[in-house]
Amino acid sequence: MARIEGEPGGASAPVFAVAAEDALDLTAADVEVIPPAIVAQSLGQYLRAWTARLRGGDAGVLPVALALVAVVVVFTIVSKNHVFLSAGNLVNLFDQSAVFIVLAIGEGFVLLLGEIDLSIGYVAAIGGIVAAQLVQPSTNWPWWAAIIAALVVCGAIGGLQGLVITRLRIPAFIVTLAGYLMWFGVMIYMLGAAGGVGITSTLWAGQVGLYGIVYSYIDPLVAWIGLIAIVGVLGTIMWRRDAGRRRNGLVAPPMGLTMAKIALVAVAGIAVVAICNVNRGSYLPIVGVPWVVPLVLIVVGTWTILLERMQFGRHIYAVGGNPEAARRAGINVPRLRTICFVIGSMTAGVAGVIYCSTLGGMTTNINGGQLVLYAVAAAVIGGTSLSGGRGRAIHGLLGGLVIGAIYNGLYLLGLEIQWQLIITGLVLLAAVSVDSLSRK
Amino acid sequence: MDVVAAQDGPTGRMPTPGSATAVAPAASEPLLRLRGISKHFGAVQALHGVDLDLPNAQVTALCGDNGAGKSVLTKCIAGIHAVDEGEIFWEGRQVHIASPKDSAALGIETVYQDLALADNLDIVQNMFLGRERLSRALLDEDSMERAAAETLASLHVTTVRSIRQPVATLSGGQRQAVAVAKAVMWNSKLVMLDEPTAALGVAQTRMVLDLILRLKDHGLAVMVISHNLNDVFEVADRVAVLRLGRMVAQDAISAFDRQSVVDFMTTGASSREVPGSGSSHERD
Repeated sequence: MARIEGEPGGASAPVFAVAAEDALDLTAADVEVIPPAIVAQSLGQYLRAWTARLRGGDAGVLPVALALVAVVVVFTIVSKNHVFLSAGNLVNLFDQSAVFIVLAIGEGFVLLLGEIDLSIGYVAAIGGIVAAQLVQPSTNWPWWAAIIAALVVCGAIGGLQGLVITRLRIPAFIVTLAGYLMWFGVMIYMLGAAGGVGITSTLWAGQVGLYGIVYSYIDPLVAWIGLIAIVGVLGTIMWRRDAGRRRNGLVAPPMGLTMAKIALVAVAGIAVVAICNVNRGSYLPIVGVPWVVPLVLIVVGTWTILLERMQFGRHIYAVGGNPEAARRAGINVPRLRTICFVIGSMTAGVAGVIYCSTLGGMTTNINGGQLVLYAVAAAVIGGTSLSGGRGRAIHGLLGGLVIGAIYNGLYLLGLEIQWQLIITGLVLLAAVSVDSLSRK
Repeated sequence: MDVVAAQDGPTGRMPTPGSATAVAPAASEPLLRLRGISKHFGAVQALHGVDLDLPNAQVTALCGDNGAGKSVLTKCIAGIHAVDEGEIFWEGRQVHIASPKDSAALGIETVYQDLALADNLDIVQNMFLGRERLSRALLDEDSMERAAAETLASLHVTTVRSIRQPVATLSGGQRQAVAVAKAVMWNSKLVMLDEPTAALGVAQTRMVLDLILRLKDHGLAVMVISHNLNDVFEVADRVAVLRLGRMVAQDAISAFDRQSVVDFMTTGASSREVPGSGSSHERD
């Protein structure tokens, strides 16, 4: 250890002058590269800066929003009786998307580092199988304990792969490719001769709970009250933060933008709850928001806070942007990378549990390879960069919805497997092209 | 007092030992005083018994040809390399710098040539990287933004449009300014800049040189590694010349002219007499 004589700090502090805010004038050269939210002071200026930036090639979440609209319009037109846009199908679409969303968010932690994890499809499958097997009559665990066990197992897998990657300095691509094969094998081994495990029995509380993630619903009134509470709390936090920053002369979005954001959250929430509260049953009424919706929102919210409001998240972005700068800033880069692999795999475990619930069990037919490609595609379509340092949890949500909509739409059209594969490939290619073009 | 471990000079070109008394008459006790610093990597002796004084409120230019040991010396002070031999005095007290943390704790900050900024983070985020302020486990963005703005204002860095713009959108000079501001934020007393004007245009260079003078005005000791003698003669109060791992000359800027610095860098000696300067060059 070092021995330092003399005390640090205590230097004569320079006399500070408070920065005078320069008058705002939007010259074309600047607005093309600087996010409009930090230079505009009114909603009008924001929109002008935003369009200029758009023309400069940096589109933010616009491509994914357009892609979502395009997919919805196309499938609504081509699907029989426009069934794509029916309440029943939209809820079904979200159930299917939930897996891609959560998996994409998990993959996002690794993509932020500029790495890739090819194994998370089968890691998710193992998470689903662990949860499913623990709620079988022989063990009969409660559903929540089974889920926690699944997450612990998945986290351990991620930690193992992360340690091999960071300590032995083997590229993540290779290690997780090996993991892809190994966990595929382990999955088949765990499912045994039966080749599957079901959770649809109503005799066992654990199975009812696990199956109920997707197939039990929140009472409509409770959903509305919950929505009001969420929008109220979120809106208050957003409003107070932005207003406080404006008051203190700090960089803040214009008031109109803050209001627009809160309104967007409210409208989206109302739309989701309203759609879910339409009766979508054929014989018996089926009404309400499936529990998977708040579950996905919790994943998005938790990881957003971690990434954007906490020191650890800030360090993830720094490592993704410039690992050497992060190292010199005193960040333990190998440790951080390992933790990101743990978080990625744990999040994949959540996706696996949701998948298990959606399917009513797990079988050896699960295609973890396709899942991981969908996850990468979803993250990249959402706006996450493959080269690291850029990406948010919300990107996984939006990208996952696009992928889910494509998946759902092709299924409605009754397209055969070869077309699904071809379209998956094209979608992945398109996503990576968007990423590559946006960096030019 | 300042006895340096005897080193074998590289044959007759060395000037006869000059007076080993304090170099800068203004500062009786320099902020950082190195005595007899040696460092080798395997069979390669990178530094031979180097002496260096870095006084407060003065800019010291460290000159030398490629391979002279400038970077190694800087990294020894920054704690990246541990010295093999020699003594380091900080404000008159002997210290041991074994890691970058030690040097940071003393108040030494280094701005490397590659600047070590994360392009995807904004100015505030870069300036506080690794030392983020927290309030209740969450990042305290407001307080960090205010402090960063104050530091930039005190350095008269006003050309950036917004303190929240990603560093990727800044010009070379602005990036250098952010890196320097990052270095002085932490009550640092000594800032070392590695080739701060390399790869900058004329206007950007001007801006960085002004910034260096402002650091000096704030009372900081500044060490600038530079190949560019124009820059050296513009901002430096003192010049130290390394050659093949030895300190061949170290004195006030008035004791040098461009040609003599080049002579010292290339041959280790200079026969030129600088008009109006009575001081003799210090060696080893």
